[in-house]
Amino acid sequence: MAKQDSKSDLAGLLSADRERVVDQWIDSVVGSLKGRISKAEVDRELRELYAALVEALVAGGEDARGDHLSETRALLTELSRNRARQGFTPSETAISVLALKRAFEPALRDGSAEDTDRYLRLSRILDDLALFTIETYTRTREEIISSQATQLMELSTPVVKLWDGVIAVPLVGTLDSARTQVVMEKLLQALVDTGSEQAIIDITGVPAVDTQVAQHLLKTIVAARLMGAECTVSGIRPQIAQTIVALGIEFGDIVTKATLADALQLALKKSGIDLVAHQGGGR
Amino acid sequence: MTERVPVLRIGDVLLVSIQVDLEDQTVLNLQEDLAEQIVSRAARGVVIDITAVEIVDSFVGRMLATIASISRLLDAETVVVGMRPAVAITLVELGLSLGGVRTALDLEKGLALLRRAAADTDRR
Repeated sequence: MAKQDSKSDLAGLLSADRERVVDQWIDSVVGSLKGRISKAEVDRELRELYAALVEALVAGGEDARGDHLSETRALLTELSRNRARQGFTPSETAISVLALKRAFEPALRDGSAEDTDRYLRLSRILDDLALFTIETYTRTREEIISSQATQLMELSTPVVKLWDGVIAVPLVGTLDSARTQVVMEKLLQALVDTGSEQAIIDITGVPAVDTQVAQHLLKTIVAARLMGAECTVSGIRPQIAQTIVALGIEFGDIVTKATLADALQLALKKSGIDLVAHQGGGR
Repeated sequence: MTERVPVLRIGDVLLVSIQVDLEDQTVLNLQEDLAEQIVSRAARGVVIDITAVEIVDSFVGRMLATIASISRLLDAETVVVGMRPAVAITLVELGLSLGGVRTALDLEKGLALLRRAAADTDRR
């Protein structure tokens, strides 16, 4: 029975000076966010949060991971997700919870030992909730990063059809194992889909070629050969040609061309297409 | 009793279409059958269609290279057709580049390749 009292006491602590505490809380949160979110929005968020917290404490939940506080946690999840998406720092997100502790400090100054005890218990719950907020914040950021990585991967590896039976992959950006895997799979699938026997890998947009990148390229070319297609590597810049030779990378019998145009010409010739300049046209 | 892969004849080309999971014994039987038939039917080319093959291991990879070598000894050119992207990637990762084996995207292109190769040798 005594325990029941102390629990509702904690709720009492929150309800006692409610308006002043909430106002102070909102003020300090708005201050820390430096006007990047409107006061009205913060006001709405924090009031909802406060109400949920009071309700949970009245119901007797003091465990931050318990059932009673699930409503509070849901609100916090939404809050930290929004903050993460809008680009706030972890501190600016956590302060939304931790500032509530500060709002209680004035009441503590002239309170009894019992008040201090209640403050400490509340403080423990708030600390746990703050940790939860940061966890959610981090998880959201990780989700954002991984979805961006996927988007980037899709953006940067198009397979284009240049001619009937000739496809090309213009590679842009640094090549690592994961990207090469995607490029390889897309290229091979495109060979099957379009029935192309000639493939051109254009590395004009690749900033640097090291032994690993070369290894990846060679693998892709060998795989294409296994399927019955011929690969040409084009767009090797002078600087990169020097690096490749300096590193001692052997391209073996793989055809390399300086420009995509040369590679296309070769591919067309191999597929039995002759390019003839129109009589009297141009030069 | 292990399954046997049928060997079909189109003109002077033998067609082997692999439709079943390749067990080691099946592969060995196929090698024997193929060697015999190349001789008995005086074949000039062999087309191995692996469109239906989804999983390969190093044994199957070596089998393709072995068949190609055997056929070449018997004066027949081997073309492997219809390799799936996933299979090609697996073979590359296994370090098998099937050096002496010709490849083509599909059966039609494989037969065309053999015709071209035959025309080239006739000219010489």
